[in-house]
Amino acid sequence: MNKKYIPFILIGALLVLPQLGLSSYVLHILILALMWATAGMAWNLLGGYCGQVSFGHAAFFGMGAYCAGLLAHHYDITPWLGFLVSVPVVAALALVMGFIVLRLRGPYFVLATLAIGELLRIIAENLVDLTQGNLGVLIRRTWVDKDPYYYVILALALGTYFLIQRIMASRWGYYFVAIREDQDAAESLGINTTLYKTIALAISAVITGFTGAFYMNYMGYIDPQIVFSLGDISIVMIMVVMVGGVATPLGPWVGAVIMVILAEWIRSLPVIGTGYQTLFGILLIVIIIFLPNGLVGDLPKIKRFFKKEVPA
Amino acid sequence: MSLLEVNQMSMFFGGLAALSGVTFGVEKGEILALIGPNGAGKTTLFNCVNGFYKPTLGTVSFRGQKISGLEPHVVCRMGLARTFQVVKPLQRMSVLDNVIASAFLRTKTRAEAVDLATEILEFTGLLEDRDVISKGLPLGKRKRLEIARALATKPEMILLDESFAGLNPAELDVSIEIIRGIKAQGITIMIIEHHMKVIMSISDRIVVLNYGQKIAEGSPADIRANPLVVEAYLGGEA
Amino acid sequence: MWVQAEVFLQTLVSGLLLGGLYALIGIGMTLILGVMKIINLTHGQLMMVAMYLAFWLFTLFGIDPYLSLLIVPPLMFAFGMGIQKFLVNPVLRVESILPHNQVILTVGIGMVLQNLATLFFTSDYRSIPVGYASTVWYLTDLWRDSPVELSFSLPWVVSFMLAVVITLMLWFFLAKTDTGKSIRATAQDRDAAMLMGVHVGWMRVITFGLGSALVAAAGCLFIPIYYLFPALGSQFTLIAFVITILGGLGSTIGAILGGLLLGVFESMTATYVGMGWAPAGRFVVFVAALVFLPGGVASLLKRRKLGK
Repeated sequence: MNKKYIPFILIGALLVLPQLGLSSYVLHILILALMWATAGMAWNLLGGYCGQVSFGHAAFFGMGAYCAGLLAHHYDITPWLGFLVSVPVVAALALVMGFIVLRLRGPYFVLATLAIGELLRIIAENLVDLTQGNLGVLIRRTWVDKDPYYYVILALALGTYFLIQRIMASRWGYYFVAIREDQDAAESLGINTTLYKTIALAISAVITGFTGAFYMNYMGYIDPQIVFSLGDISIVMIMVVMVGGVATPLGPWVGAVIMVILAEWIRSLPVIGTGYQTLFGILLIVIIIFLPNGLVGDLPKIKRFFKKEVPA
Repeated sequence: MSLLEVNQMSMFFGGLAALSGVTFGVEKGEILALIGPNGAGKTTLFNCVNGFYKPTLGTVSFRGQKISGLEPHVVCRMGLARTFQVVKPLQRMSVLDNVIASAFLRTKTRAEAVDLATEILEFTGLLEDRDVISKGLPLGKRKRLEIARALATKPEMILLDESFAGLNPAELDVSIEIIRGIKAQGITIMIIEHHMKVIMSISDRIVVLNYGQKIAEGSPADIRANPLVVEAYLGGEA
Repeated sequence: MWVQAEVFLQTLVSGLLLGGLYALIGIGMTLILGVMKIINLTHGQLMMVAMYLAFWLFTLFGIDPYLSLLIVPPLMFAFGMGIQKFLVNPVLRVESILPHNQVILTVGIGMVLQNLATLFFTSDYRSIPVGYASTVWYLTDLWRDSPVELSFSLPWVVSFMLAVVITLMLWFFLAKTDTGKSIRATAQDRDAAMLMGVHVGWMRVITFGLGSALVAAAGCLFIPIYYLFPALGSQFTLIAFVITILGGLGSTIGAILGGLLLGVFESMTATYVGMGWAPAGRFVVFVAALVFLPGGVASLLKRRKLGK
């Protein structure tokens, strides 16, 4: 069979999946996996391709979620409009962050991202009039059925995938990777590194904001602890990419499927369930030491490992 | 007016003068060599010219415009490119992609960038290595990749930082030919080099630095005859 | 008038006392940053572990937290060395695309420590009921005619003094001993240090141990005056890196000044803006430092030196 057709077959399969009479639970898992794949691709654009590791993507996720939730809560406008509203809000946050920290070299960006996630959580907890604080925001979901949500997030995931493929084949893509590989060299080749890092951050942030807005729409409830969480959002986004494959187009998809299934499975276990953070942490450590480029990125290494084993 | 003018430039690092009051000009179309013992301040001077450092005192002008204090990418955009002594290839990118990344500065579409990059790889003799991941390239070719990348930004002037260091005789000949070819295209060259035979044969003029100060300037013949230079630098070798 | 001055001075004193402990946390972080060039994002979690150790030493064996200064930091020294040797060092050897793999690693370690603490000790707030916890000295006891009245809580003062002593001991170690000098050499120029015969890998292991011991000491000093709960770890990691940025990356003096500054600032925010805003104040300091003083306090000191 011609290799050219594989993407179309995969997309076709994804399209008909909900029609196969899957249980609501399986569909829920698929929706979560697609959501995390999208968020992972967004993180990967900035972290994997441009080399700017963010520990605070929950900031953008949460912003997107609150954009959708607060519109519905305060003005009774459809929460889907949150997608549109989140663009300028999230982009503005990303640009301010970029302006402050991306001109600096060193670990500043890592620290600033970590701080921004925490800062937004504190703000969301304290601005009670706007956000209802820790009470959270509850909205009425648009559909009872899961199918429409599946198609929305599938469209978002595929759109993100093709957008990033386009970007990576263009000038911007070359510049992002050049910056990751050597900032001094990039700068001396006429690349405005601060500008292009900020562009990567802004695109990544806006897409992450979309996933947040989707989360609000789909789950119907958010609070600051959930959407601005370091451990449950920011780190999971990193793990999706690291487990799947850093700087690979398909890595986040693989990572998202693994992470979502793993999370559901661990949390369903009796005693161990509450320790899922420990297990995630250990998984992260193991991946960093043994498969630093993820399952997709280190596929040759994995193949070699098994080849060595089999003949013996 | 010279193409590049370095005027009374000084650079201090925590009270230590790496350069003090250096003044000279580079004329359009010439090859000017910058020589001097290790630690004389040659690479610091390059870093001041291309914008990595902002000189503590003094100015640098390019085509009559002040460029000292501008960011490196702006300087490059104005037509002044450089290479690095310690080569900085974009490690995980192929040789071709390395050059494409810099060719984008002067081209609009990807196809144009690929064309320009291919042309330059041919000129620098790297075409057959275009799909090699640059991390795996031998040193001689990595040095040439530095030159290729700088050329892909279509510079008016190029700063070459020890492009010959560590090359074997065959590679040396190739590189000298490339430098001559660059000059033939009308690109002005300022080069840091230790290899005296190469310097004397290719350069039009030489500037000698010692302890951050300019101690001599002139044609290769002048420099060879200058007692100050012989004492400071050539003494042991010549 | 006097009342306002009294409030201000009292706030300043509490701020400085807190800042002294912050400085100890910051020094540990900045040492590791200087030698390893990585941000240790599990720093606060190490302190949290140390505090639980001190807590259980007190609860089970009745060992005073100040006495556990002799037990807990050495244990955490070994623990830190283990982290460096068995987790961070292998990662340094692995070829990867992401430049910040070691930092992500420390985050992973932090997650594990914090979650394990929650599993074993629950997320309840705990504190040690030491007898002297509420002992207070008053300025008028010492100086009868003082125009203002200031109070000094005994454990705060003792903790502060001990922090100063530990800092001086560290200074002596770094300045006068061979190992200390090797650590500083490694921080300044790894390659040169290696050429001079310094065993860089070993220095890294010792430095991580030392950084852990320092933050463990801070934990022992904090426990008589602070609550203990697992999530305290990430909170103090945040504090540690704000201090490090404020002080200037890798600068010990900077970390001390940064710690004191942050302590005073938080204390002032709590008094004049409101209790709940103290954590937000931290971020204000952080952002302000990034915008106006990217090199931290250390860069100011350097500039002064140049001017001379």
